[in-house]
Amino acid sequence: MNAQIRKLFYVFAFLFVALVGMSSYWLWRAPDLEARQGNPNLVVRQLLIERGLVLAADGETVLARNREQEVDGQTWYRRQYPQRGLTAHVVGYSTVQRSRTGLEESLNDYLTGSNADLATLLDRAADTLRGITRQGNDVVLTLDANAQRVAMNALGGQCGSVVALEPASGRVLVMASTPTYDPNLVENRFRQATRATGPCDPASPLLNRATGGFPSPAFIPGSTFKVLTAAAALDSGEYTPDSEFDDPGYCVEYGQRVYNYSDQAGPRAYGRVDLGDAVENSINSVFCNIGKELGPRVILDYAKEFGFYEDPPLETPGDERAPSGLWSNGRLFDPDDPNQIDPGRLAFGQERLLVTPLQMAMVVATIANDGVLMEPHVVDRIVAPDGDVVSRTRPDEVRRVLQQQTAAALTPMMVRVVSSGTGTSAQISGVEVAGKTGTAETGRPGENDTGFVAFAPAGAPRVAIAVYLQNQSGTGGATAAPIAKAVMEAILRSNP
Amino acid sequence: MSLRTRELLNLVVLGILTTIGFVSVYLASQEVPEFSTTSLSYAAFFLALFVVAHVVVRLRLPLADPHLLPIAGILTAIGLTMIYRIEPDTAFKQGVWVVIGVGVFAATCLLLRDYRQLDALKYTCGIAALVLLALPAVPGLGLEVNGARLWVSVGPLQFQPGEFAKVLLVVFLAGYLRDNRELLSMGYGRLGVPSPKHFGPLLLIWGGAMLVLLQTNDLGGGLLLFSIFLAMLYVATGRWPYVAVGLALFAAGSWVLYQAVPRVGDRIGIWLDPWEDADGAGYQLVQSIYSIAAGGVFGTGLGEGVLVRQDGATYIPYLETDFIYSAIAQELGLAGAAAVILLYLVFCYRGFRIAMSADDGFSKLLAAGLTATLAIQTFIIIGGVSGLIPLTGITLPFVSYGGSSIVANFLLLALLLMVSHHVAEQQEGRR
Repeated sequence: MNAQIRKLFYVFAFLFVALVGMSSYWLWRAPDLEARQGNPNLVVRQLLIERGLVLAADGETVLARNREQEVDGQTWYRRQYPQRGLTAHVVGYSTVQRSRTGLEESLNDYLTGSNADLATLLDRAADTLRGITRQGNDVVLTLDANAQRVAMNALGGQCGSVVALEPASGRVLVMASTPTYDPNLVENRFRQATRATGPCDPASPLLNRATGGFPSPAFIPGSTFKVLTAAAALDSGEYTPDSEFDDPGYCVEYGQRVYNYSDQAGPRAYGRVDLGDAVENSINSVFCNIGKELGPRVILDYAKEFGFYEDPPLETPGDERAPSGLWSNGRLFDPDDPNQIDPGRLAFGQERLLVTPLQMAMVVATIANDGVLMEPHVVDRIVAPDGDVVSRTRPDEVRRVLQQQTAAALTPMMVRVVSSGTGTSAQISGVEVAGKTGTAETGRPGENDTGFVAFAPAGAPRVAIAVYLQNQSGTGGATAAPIAKAVMEAILRSNP
Repeated sequence: MSLRTRELLNLVVLGILTTIGFVSVYLASQEVPEFSTTSLSYAAFFLALFVVAHVVVRLRLPLADPHLLPIAGILTAIGLTMIYRIEPDTAFKQGVWVVIGVGVFAATCLLLRDYRQLDALKYTCGIAALVLLALPAVPGLGLEVNGARLWVSVGPLQFQPGEFAKVLLVVFLAGYLRDNRELLSMGYGRLGVPSPKHFGPLLLIWGGAMLVLLQTNDLGGGLLLFSIFLAMLYVATGRWPYVAVGLALFAAGSWVLYQAVPRVGDRIGIWLDPWEDADGAGYQLVQSIYSIAAGGVFGTGLGEGVLVRQDGATYIPYLETDFIYSAIAQELGLAGAAAVILLYLVFCYRGFRIAMSADDGFSKLLAAGLTATLAIQTFIIIGGVSGLIPLTGITLPFVSYGGSSIVANFLLLALLLMVSHHVAEQQEGRR
């Protein structure tokens, strides 16, 4: 019987080796298994990381922090957003079930402390052995919490967005988008978090209207784009501030009349005007003729210098930013053949132009900064748990877009818009404001996209702003300009 | 160095390992790691228990194999440590069962003067095994847990008679096959196939196993009993066609059941594709696989794995019983899991060595049968929780939480050591 016993042992030895082999196979499959829905291991590993705080520019207002919980002898950290919807689009959310968005996603490595060199990696391995919690870096933003609150309150229940920049540095002081959502609800009550309503359909509360779109940007610039056309007209040398125009109340394109903006009295005819008058009163026919004269390529080339046709630069994830420009059937439209573009309508911001408020804020910030475009940034610094500054964002010049005299010539025209033109409701006592209104037709009667771009003080600008609203019955001067005024006041007050 | 001194040294190693295990689980469970003597005293008590067992062996079975008791000790310690890490209260109950198990071990060694007396009682053992197997089916006595009727409830006490039935069955088969092995080996035709009339007993036992399987809904138990029978039949006769036909019969029977009994069908369907219903029927196996994969080579460390949910329940149901291997694989890694499997392999090797050096057929078959029982049970459950074979719920010997299992396996160990001592005594007498 010994021969049989020996053989039986070999059989068992083989079966036991097969057992080890099977477990080894699952180890080999581990990377694939880890990512599967329902595998708690990766999820819990994430919960064991103490993510860094996200703070507003004051270094005190906490935008994202952690809630601790004891489970199975371990400390779990869950994300909490004390300001709820205030900065939900910039900060985003970090959840276990629904991944991450906003800075929580793009700065994940910093926030989890994974931005490591070899030395810190070794330290961390030792920490893991000792069971010490991994701690992330804190992120301090450039956002002015108070002005942000003013912007969110002013936008209220509308579908809109406000972006305010510091022209000389590119710091993002305000980035507001409505409707907003409560990021605290995303983990467990996602449907409730996204159940926002507004005068736009879809309301898309998760969308950052300030930088992104679905996939095209949310706003038609309308007459706010005339700032760019005027800049191109002057900077190209084809026109001067004194160039004169004759306005019959319309301009002729393709054999048809394109009328000026009309109120109850019908379209107005201004007669003999200069470029400043045309900006102040937002005269479509003048810009229509400028557009025909310059051609769409010149205008679009200037637009590209300002950043159009590229994702606006910012630290948020790329898929949350969309390029401004002409959009056709959900795609960016940039034809080589200029005949495919209506030059007149392009010049006063209609055609098929769609813009992000961040992009338009960059346009006015460039004018405010003597023609130099600064790269916008919303992260001021990243601070390690021991207080060391890991990185600090320095102002970065993108390029000179306009000659200094172009910017200098545009400013008084824009000041006239606020002092006596279409944007008087943006006046701030004691401060000279330069601005431009916009009321864009959406094709639906009584529903306009309205906008207002501005900077202040006009002599030494400290803030450049873009405000856009969807589906308004009033004009840009009546709807967007007061919001810009309130936010600029808050910024000028808190940064004297 | 005498055998017993070697055993004692092995037990010292066991003591050190146990202490490290308990202390590290204790430290991992603390918010601020702080040393305490509680875990040390648990380890000390555990070691003392095995020293008692050692003293009993030294007194009664001085020539027995010195490795089996320490291996059982290490496996028990690994089990206790994992259970303690999962749920300290359960570990305390398991501790009580280990005390009872060692008590049964000592009592068997001290009271059963000669295990060969069991030869005369083989039919009693066989009938007792059948009665035990049938007990859970008795109304008012049986208890259904997790869809299987393999529990008996007497007052506050609950136990799984199947665990003891397997030991009694081995005793019966050792005696029966020793008596009939010539008969079973004869009657071969030209093709080397036994004549049909000798399939009688085989068919009988097969029928019994299927009946047990049907009656109790316990696939793992049925598979275990039938596999033990086939292994011992092979050892006794050396005729592999018995094994082949037996396996074919079992497969055929299972296939019929697969069609007829939804539970069996489910098990095989889950095995073929656990992810088909990962949140429902396949949940246990899928979670078990996640756990094994998450351990990596060296594991997360004791107490550092992802085993217990926020609400205190374990991610894998029955983690401390059927699925303890998954917990070990995660926290001790592939290295730890392979070490556990290696321990069973060494146990198996020592057990078969005892069987091979035995002179009489009864001792040979008894030792081989007891060893095979442990090996098969280990393969069925580890293979099941890692997806190698369809999952059937049985315990991992010495490691899983479960009173009946612990006590029955200590009984198995006692019998094996008694055979070992007897064999060595005879060899010494001959010299």
